[in-house]
Amino acid sequence: MTEDELRAAVAAGVLRSEEGHQELLRSIVTVARAIFHARASSIFLLDEESDELVFEAIAGEGSESLIGTRFPSSTGIAGWVLVTRQPLVLEDVSEDPRFAKDAAEATGYVPKGLMAVPLLHEERALGVLEVLDRPARPGAALEEIELLGLFAAQAAVALDLLQAARRARTVLEGSGKELSNLARFAGAVDRLEDDRRAAGLELLAALEKLLGGESRAAGPPGSSALRP
Amino acid sequence: MSAERSEPLPAWSLPAGAEKDIELAVEWPAEVSRDWAWGDSSGRGVRVCILDSGVEPDHPSVGPLAGAVAVLRNEDGEITIEPDEEGDLCGHGTACAGIVRSLAPECELFSVRVLGAGYTGSGPILVAGLRYAIENGFDVVNMSLSTTKRELAESLHELADHAYFQKTMLVASAHNLPVESFPWRFASVLSVGSHDRSEPLDFFYNPEPPVEFFARGVDIDVAWMQGSTLRCTGNSFATPHMTGICALILGSHPELTPFQLKSVLYLTATNVIGSR
Repeated sequence: MTEDELRAAVAAGVLRSEEGHQELLRSIVTVARAIFHARASSIFLLDEESDELVFEAIAGEGSESLIGTRFPSSTGIAGWVLVTRQPLVLEDVSEDPRFAKDAAEATGYVPKGLMAVPLLHEERALGVLEVLDRPARPGAALEEIELLGLFAAQAAVALDLLQAARRARTVLEGSGKELSNLARFAGAVDRLEDDRRAAGLELLAALEKLLGGESRAAGPPGSSALRP
Repeated sequence: MSAERSEPLPAWSLPAGAEKDIELAVEWPAEVSRDWAWGDSSGRGVRVCILDSGVEPDHPSVGPLAGAVAVLRNEDGEITIEPDEEGDLCGHGTACAGIVRSLAPECELFSVRVLGAGYTGSGPILVAGLRYAIENGFDVVNMSLSTTKRELAESLHELADHAYFQKTMLVASAHNLPVESFPWRFASVLSVGSHDRSEPLDFFYNPEPPVEFFARGVDIDVAWMQGSTLRCTGNSFATPHMTGICALILGSHPELTPFQLKSVLYLTATNVIGSR
């Protein structure tokens, strides 16, 4: 395990990554819906391993029971937005029979109009955020798409951070008991109040000193000559 | 047309007496007007490629296609180019084709589908599709798409410059998301953002790049899947407006290089004409 992976894994022990992830997704769709006074908002995340888009959260109209529904990552409107990195605003989408069928199967709700924006962080496309059936605001289209882009950028930063914690947790779980114990210990120290936290950190420093000494003593023959 | 050259000019100099070899193919008027630029052109003779999600064949707003291929990945992971049997996988390519057709009714439309092979690996598919379009010498390539993969930037940059010098105009959507994406940022590409006017031939030159032009991109009625139409907004719909205008100009002046074409676009832009 690299030092970066070790750091990330221990950090994952501190973060409540899984609950935080779901909370964040719910918060993103709730805020997106509120900003645009829309009937619904939904989010689809890319599962890179299976190369599929996964319906992860919805606010407003639609069925929560369909959360987890998967579909191909590069077809349909969400797939196009993901692959091309271009936001889109479409009205009358329910007139498109294929879209209507896909939407009903994925979210249980067929909107009349939608705005869709890719969630991009640095080079990565994380998923697609949709805002469904907002009230008509003549003359505000460019402003709306600008605002959606800004919000999507903020959402993508938060999602990327949490997804990093999720990946770290996976590393942690696959790394054996010792590291899990270490992460739990880091989490416990992090949650301590002021005095006990200081004591905990002191204990950690003492342990580091002790273990560092042992590690030098147990190093391969000749290796100590390389150290000051 | 320029005189036939007996041998190619060296790339770095113009020897004495060789001026006749670089005679301008187009006689430029004192004032470049829209009437001179495209007049009653229908885009006839101009070959336009729609690099997108595919195009629905024989959609009433699109009409016949000159051809359609799909860029795919076979079981061994190799990228292949096959005749496209599936048409449009989203609706967007059909929308773009319909916009181009509405402006340049007699141009030749060809679809190169780069969508449908999955998100993973979609970058190399995009590069392969663009390479195919350039190798096939289309006059204009409409790209309402981009990639954020920096590892592809160099390939895309080389392709964009190659297209520029071989007289293929790449027209690509810009976007306002705070991430770097390609190829719209390259100077050899004509990049497009949206304005919210309703006149399809209104377009604006932007003196503050990287976005070079703004075209109609709001509340456009477009062709969509299964013969339907939708009302759409986005830079990806502004882009085919510029593609259509390029096709009109090249229909009147097929000899124009991308540099000259951009110059004509500048001189006939709504804000430039208005300032004269």
